[in-house]
Amino acid sequence: MIAALLVMIVLALLLGLVLGYSALRFKVEGDPLVDKIDAILPQTQCGQCGYPGCKPYATAIASGEADINQCPPGGEPGMRALADLLGVEPKPLNAEHGEPKPKSTAVIDENLCIGCTLCIQACPVDAILGAAKHMHTVIASECTGCELCVAPCPVDCISMVPIPEKVSNWKWRYPVIELKQVA
Amino acid sequence: MISTLFKFHGGVHPPEHKLESAATPIVEVPLPQRLVLPLRQHVGNVPKLQVAVGDHVLKGQLLAIADGMISASVHAPTSGTIVSIDEQLIPHASGLPDLCITLQADGEDRWVEHRALEYRDLPKAAVLEALRAGGVVGLGGATFPSHVKLREDAQHPVRTLILNGAECEPYITCDDRLMRERADQIVRGIEIMQYLLGAERCVVGIEDNKPEAAQAMRDACRLSSIPIEVATVPTLYPGGGAKQLIKVLTGLEVPSGKLPTEIGVQCFNVATAYTVHRFIHHGEPVISRVVTVTGKVARPGNFEVPLGMSIAELVQAAGGAAPESTGFVMGGPMMGFNLPSAEVPVVKATNCIIASAPDLFPPLPPAMPCIRCARCADACPVNLQPQELYWFAKSSNLEKARDYHLFDCIECGCCSYVCPSRIPLVQYYRYAKSEILAADKAKQAADLARERNEFRLARIEREKQERAAKHAQKAAGAKADVAGDEAKKAAIAAAMARAQAQKAEVVPQNTADLPPAVQEEIAGIDARREAVNEEKQEN
Repeated sequence: MIAALLVMIVLALLLGLVLGYSALRFKVEGDPLVDKIDAILPQTQCGQCGYPGCKPYATAIASGEADINQCPPGGEPGMRALADLLGVEPKPLNAEHGEPKPKSTAVIDENLCIGCTLCIQACPVDAILGAAKHMHTVIASECTGCELCVAPCPVDCISMVPIPEKVSNWKWRYPVIELKQVA
Repeated sequence: MISTLFKFHGGVHPPEHKLESAATPIVEVPLPQRLVLPLRQHVGNVPKLQVAVGDHVLKGQLLAIADGMISASVHAPTSGTIVSIDEQLIPHASGLPDLCITLQADGEDRWVEHRALEYRDLPKAAVLEALRAGGVVGLGGATFPSHVKLREDAQHPVRTLILNGAECEPYITCDDRLMRERADQIVRGIEIMQYLLGAERCVVGIEDNKPEAAQAMRDACRLSSIPIEVATVPTLYPGGGAKQLIKVLTGLEVPSGKLPTEIGVQCFNVATAYTVHRFIHHGEPVISRVVTVTGKVARPGNFEVPLGMSIAELVQAAGGAAPESTGFVMGGPMMGFNLPSAEVPVVKATNCIIASAPDLFPPLPPAMPCIRCARCADACPVNLQPQELYWFAKSSNLEKARDYHLFDCIECGCCSYVCPSRIPLVQYYRYAKSEILAADKAKQAADLARERNEFRLARIEREKQERAAKHAQKAAGAKADVAGDEAKKAAIAAAMARAQAQKAEVVPQNTADLPPAVQEEIAGIDARREAVNEEKQEN
């Protein structure tokens, strides 16, 4: 009886030590769920979801604060991926946060730009190049199309131009069978 | 002679239609007036322009230079003047325009200075660099830059060099004619390739429906300085696919997602070997190619065509298209695509032009539902499950399609060919592939954007801290420096006193020559000003 108790106590102590040690040794920094959600989000950093960027939105989703249908750039597929990851029912995108649009890049009309640097401060990914009282320009390959630079411009010289379809980014279409009127 | 041949899975026997164009020798077409040369004629980076509108260029002169490793140069197919550099329709399945150089021929056809390369005296890297500049790409249809494939890789030495003369696709006979007529030149090219790769064994694979070509190649190989085997392989589509031909000739299967070099094999088209020979032994870059023109044309045959010639002119050279012809297909009936217009130019990938007509290629009847008969799986030469891939592609379940090895699909069209429901399976796979590739690209862009955003936030935070630290330092410094301030003030006062003294000493130089009356007046003004200043100071 005593021996059995002792064995159990020693075992409990040992396992407790192991668990305690591994809790310290293998401590997970940050919330892995937030990173997983963040990996699905399109990283436009546009703030249309109501949060100041994709990571804050991911944190809000993880904590149950925000819904999965607030990201228009991610669109329907993004929402589905989030639903899949979180094991919740997919739901249509919330129109309050905007409609999905074709992917665009910002273009600065360099004749009108006065070099105020407001757009540079607004750009979440440092994709605008320029200096005070010097012309600014958008690095097209880095632009996420978030539109955050459009509003601050005092002379309205920034426009969003949809990315045109070229041979380099052309995609095969979903096969459709043409319907022909025969009678 | 090769002793054993192997079999690949599946395959189909579509009607060959090779006799129409294979009977007559290759004809050189008359030089066209106008040539349109797309910059994008190969897989990889678009080459950089080297000419401007109005430049006069000679035949073989460099027009655009290869940019980066996987890229190939573009050369002038004849001498003439560059009349425009703009977007024009190119032979591409998208039917979209792309950047092209338009060359107006001057009719002289004068060569730029060019010479043979003593490739054995040069380091191999220099020879490869020359091939890159020579615009040599795979002419089997994929147009992958050849210099990349000819690199010697210490990790994966190439033991077997395979030359692909199978030409399995119906209608196409350009490699057949090339092998019959220019076998010796192809063999010279193989010798160069063998030297560059250090391959122990060279095998030319030719389908058994081309006995003349096989005989010509055998005769030419006998005269070669290196042993080259010629193997006739059974006619079975797609036996000319690189992986299928490797399987048939060596029994080795290229693992999924790997390159043939990883099993010690490298495969080139025979026409590529020919262009390697023309470039190394004659200094001629790739400016023309042999094109089969067949289908509903008056005189089907093979033509040596300068790149950039319009399809319409080429078809005229073959006697013109029959009135019932409705359009043109580039490539074969299995893997080719409809050209967006007859005005598009011949490019390096143009191996065959078929003038199509409804009775030649009847429009597909509406697709019926998939009945899961799995005939497509039996026909698939890469052992895929086309019916499963079809379901996934149809429902845009792209991840699942990738898991089922969608990217091993060679788009040969065997599955669509045998499908009793006439489902355009390959179109579904192409759709799914390009969607997956686009999604991967978007993912990369998103990762980059995340990184840039995180860096920006970190930078803002850092700047804030730096500013705060600076302010703190200033505030601390202000208190400590009260004593120092007194010393500073004293120094400033001393400096001001010195300046005052200097000012007083200065006598205006320009008043000496004035009449006495004026001088008196000035003295009066000065006195009044002094008085006012003193009054001010007293106040």
